[in-house]
Amino acid sequence: MAKSHVSTTVNGDPVEFLCDAPETMLDVLRNTLGLTGTKEGCGTGDCGACSIIVDGRLVCGCLMLAVEATGKSITTIEGIGAPDRLHPVQQAFLEDAALQCGFCTPGFIVAAKALLDRNPDPSETEIRYWLAGNLCRCTGYDKIVRAVQHAAAEMKGQPA
Amino acid sequence: MQYQSPASIEEAVAALASIGGARVLAGGTDLLVQLRSGTASPAAVIDVKNIAALRAITETADGFRIGAAVCGAEITDHAALVAAWPGVAEAAGLIGSTQVQGRASLGGNVCNASPAADTTPALIAARAVAEIVGPNGRRSIPVEQIATGPGKTSLAEGEIVVSFLLPRRPARSADAYLRLIPRTEMDIAVAGAGVNLTLDADGTIADARVGIGAVAPTALVLDAAPGILVGTKCDEATLAKLAEAAGAAARPIDDKRGTVDYRRKVVGVLAKRAALIAYERAKGAR
Repeated sequence: MAKSHVSTTVNGDPVEFLCDAPETMLDVLRNTLGLTGTKEGCGTGDCGACSIIVDGRLVCGCLMLAVEATGKSITTIEGIGAPDRLHPVQQAFLEDAALQCGFCTPGFIVAAKALLDRNPDPSETEIRYWLAGNLCRCTGYDKIVRAVQHAAAEMKGQPA
Repeated sequence: MQYQSPASIEEAVAALASIGGARVLAGGTDLLVQLRSGTASPAAVIDVKNIAALRAITETADGFRIGAAVCGAEITDHAALVAAWPGVAEAAGLIGSTQVQGRASLGGNVCNASPAADTTPALIAARAVAEIVGPNGRRSIPVEQIATGPGKTSLAEGEIVVSFLLPRRPARSADAYLRLIPRTEMDIAVAGAGVNLTLDADGTIADARVGIGAVAPTALVLDAAPGILVGTKCDEATLAKLAEAAGAAARPIDDKRGTVDYRRKVVGVLAKRAALIAYERAKGAR
C-alpha cells in the first residue's frame, strides 16, 4: 500500500509528511516529525497524555489518523511558549510544582491552554471537569488545578 | 488498510459499496481503539468528516438537523441548539473527556450501538429521526430503530446515517438527560434516562416521551410514560409511577457496573429526576 502524502500546519509551520493509513497523529508527531513532547500514555483516549489542539479543538493525538491532518492546523506542546519565553501555564506549573514525574505534563499544559483560550476565568469546577480526561498518577491534581488558576490570574493581569 | 475521504454523500456510499468490509470513520474514538487492539481490521476506512452536510448543525422549518459527524463539543457549543434541546446537549456533553468530545460524533455514538450510549435515550425522548443514505437511496427512521442489539444496527450494507432531525417543538417544551456512573466523569452509564415534555399554558403536561438506556440490549422507548405523565403537573405520585414503570420496562444484565436489581431501581430514580428537570425547564421555556 502506497503511503499517503499529507500537507498540514504544525505549530504555525507548513509541514509535509508521508504516512500509512493506520498511523495515528501521535505516531507521526513523535516518530516522523520528531516532536516527542506529546506523550503516548494509554493509546486509547483515556489518559490525555497525547493532547493536541486541532483547528481549535482539544483532542487526543492517539484517536486521530495522521492522514486526517490534511489542511488542518495542529498545536502541540512544542508550539506553546518557548524555552526563553514560557507560556503562563508552563511558568505556573514550574512555580507551583504542579508536576512530579512529568509524563502527563505536556498533555495537561496543552489542555489547560485550550481551556484558558476559550474561558479566561474558569472556576475550579470548570477546570476540574475540563481536565477530567488528563490523568496524573503523581500529584493528586490539586497543584495542577492551582497552577491553572494561577496562570489564569497571570494572563488576566497582563496588558493586552 | 486504505483511507478515503470523500467530499459528498454519494461518493461515500459508492466507496462503501465498492470496498467490502469498509468502515465509516467519523469521530474515530471507538474505531481507532478497535484498530489498535485488532478487534477491527477493515480493508478501508471511509472518513465522512469532509462531507459538509455531515458536519453542519442547521435550523430549518422542520427543526434542528445535526450532521452525523458533528462532534459533542460542536453540539454543546451551539447556543441555539442547547437552548432548544438541553437534554440532547447534556447527553452529548457527558461522553468521555473534553478531548473525546472534540472528536466523538453523534452518529458514531448511535451507530456503535452500545446499550449504554448516552445520546441515544435523549434522542429517543426527542423523537429524533435518523436520515440514512445507501445504495438504494434515502430513508428516514426513528432513532430507536437503528440499534438492534449490542454493537448491531439495522443499517443495510453500504448505508450511512447522514443526519438526525430533531423536530420543531411547541412552546413550553424542554428535555433532560441523566445517567448514573460511579464517579463524576469519564465512565460508562450504569443506567440513563432522557425525558422530553411539552406543557399546557397552565403547566399541565400535554406531551411526554421518555427513553431509557443501559438497562436492555438497546435503549428503549418507555411506552408507559405518556399515559403516566400527560395530564399531570409532575407531582410526587406521578413521578413514583414513572419510576416504577421505568424499572419494570428495564431488562438489564448483571455486570461489573451494576446488578439487575440495582439498575432497575436506578433507572427509575433517573427517569423521575430527569422528568422533574425537564418539567422545570419547560415551565421556563418560551
